[in-house]
Amino acid sequence: MANKEDALLEELTQQEYKYGFTTDIESDLAPKGLNEDIIRLISSKKEEPEWMLEFRLKAFEKWKKMEEPKWAHVNFPKVDFQDAHYYAALKPKVELDSLDEVDPELLKTFEKLGISIDEQKKLTGVAVDIVMDSVSVKTTFSDKLFELGIIFCSFTEAIKKHPDLIKRYMGSVVPMTDNFYATLNSAVFTDGSFCYIPKGVRCPMELSTYFRINEANTGQFERTLVIADEGSYVSYLEGCTAPMRDENQMHAAVVELVAMKDAEIKYSTIQNWYPGDKNGKGGIYNFVTKRGICHESAKISWTQVETGSAVTWKYPSCILKGDNSVGEFYSVAVTNHHQQADTGTKMHHIGKNTKSIIISKGISAGKSNNSYRGLVKINKGATNARNFSQCDSLLMGNDCGAHTFPYIEVKNKSSKVEHEATTSKIGEDQIFYCNQRGIDTEQAVSLIVNGYTKEVLKQLPMEFAVEAQKLLEISLEGSVG
Amino acid sequence: MEDLLLKTNDIGFVGDNSLLENTKVEALFALGNLKFPTRKDEAWKYTSLKSVQNRKFVTGDLLKSDKLEDFKVADMEANVLVFVNGHYSEEQSTILENNTDKIVISSLKAALNDNNNELSAYFGQTGSHTEEIFTALNTVNTKDGVLITVKENTVIEQPIHIINITKGTDIVAHPRNLFVAGENSMVKIISSYETEEGSSFTNSATEIMVHKNAMLDYYVLQNESVESVQVNNVHVIQKDNTNFSITTITTDGGLVRNNLKIEVDGKHCETKLYGLYFLRGTQHVDNHTYVDHIDTDCMSEELYKGVMNDQSTGVFNGKVFVHREAQKTNAFQSNKNILMTDEATIYSKPELEIYADDVKCSHGSTTGQFDEEALFYLRARGIDETSARKLLVDAFASDVLNNINIPALKEKVEARVDASLN
Repeated sequence: MANKEDALLEELTQQEYKYGFTTDIESDLAPKGLNEDIIRLISSKKEEPEWMLEFRLKAFEKWKKMEEPKWAHVNFPKVDFQDAHYYAALKPKVELDSLDEVDPELLKTFEKLGISIDEQKKLTGVAVDIVMDSVSVKTTFSDKLFELGIIFCSFTEAIKKHPDLIKRYMGSVVPMTDNFYATLNSAVFTDGSFCYIPKGVRCPMELSTYFRINEANTGQFERTLVIADEGSYVSYLEGCTAPMRDENQMHAAVVELVAMKDAEIKYSTIQNWYPGDKNGKGGIYNFVTKRGICHESAKISWTQVETGSAVTWKYPSCILKGDNSVGEFYSVAVTNHHQQADTGTKMHHIGKNTKSIIISKGISAGKSNNSYRGLVKINKGATNARNFSQCDSLLMGNDCGAHTFPYIEVKNKSSKVEHEATTSKIGEDQIFYCNQRGIDTEQAVSLIVNGYTKEVLKQLPMEFAVEAQKLLEISLEGSVG
Repeated sequence: MEDLLLKTNDIGFVGDNSLLENTKVEALFALGNLKFPTRKDEAWKYTSLKSVQNRKFVTGDLLKSDKLEDFKVADMEANVLVFVNGHYSEEQSTILENNTDKIVISSLKAALNDNNNELSAYFGQTGSHTEEIFTALNTVNTKDGVLITVKENTVIEQPIHIINITKGTDIVAHPRNLFVAGENSMVKIISSYETEEGSSFTNSATEIMVHKNAMLDYYVLQNESVESVQVNNVHVIQKDNTNFSITTITTDGGLVRNNLKIEVDGKHCETKLYGLYFLRGTQHVDNHTYVDHIDTDCMSEELYKGVMNDQSTGVFNGKVFVHREAQKTNAFQSNKNILMTDEATIYSKPELEIYADDVKCSHGSTTGQFDEEALFYLRARGIDETSARKLLVDAFASDVLNNINIPALKEKVEARVDASLN
C-alpha cells in the first residue's frame, strides 16, 4: 500500500502542465519598463480620451508611493516592475466581422485549449469575448445581446462608446488606490471586458471571457466591470490558461461588480494558468482584486476553481451595502508542486438582514502551500446579519501545508456568525471501503475528491462544471493522501 | 512609555546576582531591537496601547493588604504567596509545604540568595525574553516573583495560590514566575491578579516547564480595576507524555492582553486551554493563544467563551501550528461569543497552520445571542427574566468552569461570574 501510495504520489507530483505552448503570432510590443511615457503610450495606442489618461496618471502617481503587501502567506522573489512590457497588442490590429477573419494560428490555439469558438457559438449559446494579450479580438453574439439592451464589449470599446457608464462606475467598487496591485492595474490596464445589463433584463446566455497571456514577459492587466441594473440577472464566466514560460509573469487584474436593487450577478472563474514546473521554476503570479457591491436585495455569487498560477493572491469580496442583500463565495483551490495560494473572501455586512455564505475547499499536494484568508465583518448597523463559513483543507503528502486565517468582526447583538474549518487527509477507511467494493485506490481518490468539492462545483454553470471536473482530475490523478 | 521601557537605574536586581544577569542583559539588548507594538502589527491589530503609552506609571512599595481574605479562595487549603505592588510579602503568605525534597516554593529573590540551581537552569529558557517585548520588559524590570520546582515522583495535593495585588495610583508591577514540574510530578497552581485600590499596569511573565509524565494545571484569575492594564505572558514547554491545562478567567480589568504560548515538544502530550471572559463597560480583553505542535501523537483542545456587555470589546486570536514532523496530531479549537448590546464588539481569529498530513485539526467560531426560545421556555415556567438569563449565562459558562478541578476555586469563580452579570 505504502509503495503504491508513494508511486501514485510521485506520479501526481510529476504531472506536467498540459497546456504549455506558445502561439507564434506577431506582437506589437511596448518597450520594457514602467514610467509616465509608457502610460501615455498605452493610452494613445488605445486612442483613449483625455480623462482616461488622467485617471491612469493619477493612479501611477499614487502607485509610486505604495509598497507591495507582505502579509500574505506566500514567498516569491521581488518583482522588478521595470523589467516587463506593459503593452502587447496583436498585429495587425483590424476590426473583424466574422470568425473566418481570425488568424487561423489563433484559432488553433483555442482548439488546443479546448475552446472551440464555433462550437460554443453553435451549441452552448455562449458569447465569448476573447482577450488574448490585452486586446480584444472578437466579440460574438453582441448583436443578439444588443437587441436586449445588453452591452457586452471590450473595455476599450466601452471607454469610447459608453464613457458615462465607465466614468460613473470605474473605481467605484475597487477604488484607484485600493491596494498596490489594483493601483498598478489602474495605471497600466490594457483591456478587459465591460458588461451592462439594463433594468429588469435577464441575460439569456452565459457571458464568458477567456484570458490568455501569450507574449513572453508581458504582464497582463485587465479590467472587468459588470453592472447589473435593477432587477436584472447575469451569469458571467471567466476561464484562463496560459502557455509555458520560464520567467515569472505577473497578472494583476481588477474586477468590479455592481448589483443594483434586486439584481443578481453570478461570477464564475476557472483559473488554470501555468503554475511553474515541478521544481517551482516559472509560473504566473496572480494578484487579483475582485470585489462586488450589492445594493438593496441584490445578490452576488462568486465561484472559483483555482488550479493554476505559481502564486495566487486573490480575495473576491462582497460589500453588502443594501438591506437584505446576499453574498456568496464558493471556492476550490488546488495547489501542487511549489504552488502557493493565499485566497479567500471578504464579506462586509453593512445593510440590515444581509446574508453571506462562504464555502472554501482547499487541496494541497506536492510541496505546495494553500491558505484560506477571509474576513467577515458585521457593522453595527447590519442588524440581523447572518454568515456561515466553512473552510476545509485536504492534505496529500507530507511536504505540503494547509492554513486557515479567518478574521471575524461582529459589532451588534442581533447577528449570527458561524465559522468552521477542518484539516485532514483522505481517510484510509474511506479508501478501504472503496477498495473493498472493487474500486481501485486511484478511482477512490477521484471519487472522494469529487465528493469533497461537489458543494462548490455544483455552483458552476454546466459547461464550466465539466471543464472544472476535468481539471481536478488532471491535477490530482493518482494521488493518495 | 519611554521611562517604562528603560529605567536602567531602577532595574530590579541586575547585578544582585550573576545567576540571572546574562538573561537580563539579553533582554536589555532585545529591547533595543523590539518595537513597541501598534495596531499596524498583525498581533496587535485589534488592541491599541495608545492609552498605556501616554500614562505615567510609577513603582509601588510593599504595603499591607487589607482585603486579603477577599482575594483568597475560601475553604481551600493552599499554599498562598502574596505579592503587593510586585514585592513579596512574606508575613502575609502561608506556605504549608516546606519539605524541600518534594517541592520548592519560594520568592525569586529568596531563590537567588539560595543559589537555586533550577532557577539558573530554567530562567529564560523559553527564550521569550528576547522575542516578545513585554517579556523582555518584565525580565529587565522585575522586582520579584515566584519559583516553584516540583521534584520527581511527587504529587502536591494542596494547590499553590499566588495573589498579585496592586495598591495605589498607576502602579507598575512586573511579576515574574518560573514553574518547573519534575518527572512524574503533579501540581496545581493558581495566579490571581487583583486591585485593592487605584489602578495599575501589571506586566506579568510566566515560564512553565513540564517534564516527562508530569501533570500541571494552571489557573489564571484576572480581576483588576477598570482603570488597570494587564499584559500577561505565559510560555509553556511540554515534554513527553505530559498533561498541561490552563484556564484563564477574566472578570474585570480595563485593558487585558493575554499571550499564551505552548510548545508541545514531546510525544503523547495532552494540552488543554480554556478561557472565559465576561466584559462590561468599556473593557477590552484580548486573548492570544499559540499552540506549537512539534512532536507526534499529541492532542490539544481549546475552548474560549465570552460574553460582551455594554461597549466592551473582546478579541480572540488562537493559532495552532503543526510542524511537518508532528504527525498524528489532533487539534481542536473553539471560540464562542455572545454579544449583549449593539455597542459591544468581538474580533475572532482562529487560525490553523498545518504542515503535516496525517492530522485532524478543526476550529470553529460562533457569535450570536442567547436563544430567545430557551428564554421563553423558562419564562413560561414562571422564572423571572433576570433569573432566566442568569441560568442561561451559567449554562454558557459551565463548559469552561466544569474544567476547574478545584471545587473551592470553581465556587469562587462562579460567584465572580454571577457578580459580573449584575
